[in-house]
Amino acid sequence: MMNYEKKATRESYGEALAELGDKYDFLVLDADLAAATKTGIFKKKFPERFFDCGIAEGNMISVAAGIASTGKCVFASSFAMFAAGRAFEQVRNSIGYPHLGVKIGATHAGITVGEDGATHQCLEDIALMRTIPGMTIINPADAVEAKAAVEAAINFEGPVYMRFGRYATPIFNVNPDYKFEIGKGIDLAEGSDVTIVATGLMVAMALEAREMLATEGISARVINIHTIKPIDRDIIIDAAKKTGAIVTAEEHNIIGGLGEAVSAVTAEACPVPVIRVGVNDSFGHSGSVPALLEEYGLTPANLVAKAKAAVALKK
Amino acid sequence: MEQTKMRELSEKARAIRLGALEAVYNAKSGHPGGSLSIADILAYLYFEEMNIDPKNPKWEDRDRLVLSKGHTAPGLYAALAERGYFDKEVLKTLRKVDSFLQGHPDMKHTPGVDMTTGSLGLGISAACGMALSGKVAGKDYRVYTIVGDGESEEGQVWEASMFANHYKLDNLCVIIDWNGLQIDGPVAEVMNPTPFDTKLEAFGYNVITIDAHDFEQIDAAFKAAKTVKGKPTAIIAKSVKGKGVSFMENNVSWHGAAPNAEQYEQAVAELNA
Repeated sequence: MMNYEKKATRESYGEALAELGDKYDFLVLDADLAAATKTGIFKKKFPERFFDCGIAEGNMISVAAGIASTGKCVFASSFAMFAAGRAFEQVRNSIGYPHLGVKIGATHAGITVGEDGATHQCLEDIALMRTIPGMTIINPADAVEAKAAVEAAINFEGPVYMRFGRYATPIFNVNPDYKFEIGKGIDLAEGSDVTIVATGLMVAMALEAREMLATEGISARVINIHTIKPIDRDIIIDAAKKTGAIVTAEEHNIIGGLGEAVSAVTAEACPVPVIRVGVNDSFGHSGSVPALLEEYGLTPANLVAKAKAAVALKK
Repeated sequence: MEQTKMRELSEKARAIRLGALEAVYNAKSGHPGGSLSIADILAYLYFEEMNIDPKNPKWEDRDRLVLSKGHTAPGLYAALAERGYFDKEVLKTLRKVDSFLQGHPDMKHTPGVDMTTGSLGLGISAACGMALSGKVAGKDYRVYTIVGDGESEEGQVWEASMFANHYKLDNLCVIIDWNGLQIDGPVAEVMNPTPFDTKLEAFGYNVITIDAHDFEQIDAAFKAAKTVKGKPTAIIAKSVKGKGVSFMENNVSWHGAAPNAEQYEQAVAELNA
């Protein structure tokens, strides 16, 4: 794989807020994590439009709902664990049920939080948010996509949950024709034997796995699903029909995440083998990010192994 | 306050009580006790205090009410119907499958409902958001929220209180409906949230304690609240749960139960007396 520049999507989130603050009228809330979620970049530029809610995430989410009810666009930020986890009920009842236009910027998702360990490594936010009717869930794959997602969220009517990471990952969306559309999966590379359907930081790994598979004579298609809900059924069904086997890849519990969303589509519309790569229903723990990714099988090598297994399952 | 105005508000409160009971009676379920305890406050808010337009319920400069204790929706619905947001006949459809009057307030479907509530503790925070947004936009609308005494056992009520005071939301008025009873019994026995006055003062509020059924005191409290700048006001409204219906007053079993035909008839007769 090419040597791309690296940046964390949370960094891109903060920069996008600061940049788009000139173009759009919105407020930003945080819960004492502005330095970490990077909303601090916006705060520095627009102090009069930034409101710290202190360490009280439930209140922050309901406050955001009140702001949105007045017709104002508002972002609410915290770590994924607290935005989706601690404040789940506020997200459901204050934002989801009345379908208010709050944009939740949840950073530090997944095990790539690293050294802070399991209490902060949120592996269930996608599952939680998927169960809320009308919630749109975006998990950008790199810094370019993260920025595009923020602007799309501003222009989108209704609640959006955006998932960002702490760990610097390759900026591979270098194509000047790159286009982001909520709910539209992106075909990144053609292939005929198997499709790797990936989201978030696993997308770059899927591209790497594709190159490794090619050396073994296996042709893999790679699809980036940045919008996990509503999921792009058409692109998944097309991949199932044309390649006959799918591997899903996500930095999330394999329960309730992208893998199950993809499986639901194929099971109902075009049953093919689907093998899910993700954290296999366990908590994380402290460690360096590379060590954790290796331990939990979030690697190109594991995607290669699972792709071969998926191909073997084909009739 | 003028006597004629007071008599007029008393009549509105009577109509709200009758409307709430009619709704609960027809639904065969709902929360009459806490609807009756806030009826006078609702009458004052909707017929004296709030700058609203029933013909334009989404008017962006309107004052707003968030019923944080959302289970007492029958009281709110009766007030909205009385104020002309929708036909009073609709009250009879409360909780029915094709009705826009949900068991708890739903801002998406009920004209005049400013925030979806029902899960306790969330409404006061939403009210803070509305107040903050108004300040940022330079609008002069006011935001009112009615919080239950039992509801104040939710930690979020105090998170919101920190927020309201930190951001000096003097366009926010929090009303604590202190009727003394919650589902499992007296609030003082279940999980005592009192004292309210010193607690709310410690959080920074301008605190006013009143009899929730005395229009002179209600009037004075809301007028005073508007003059206080730099901090939100909390009105501790000492109320009687089930107020106006003898057998419901101070009786916790009427927190969430509907009267039968005989009881309903008696309640209506007492309220009309």
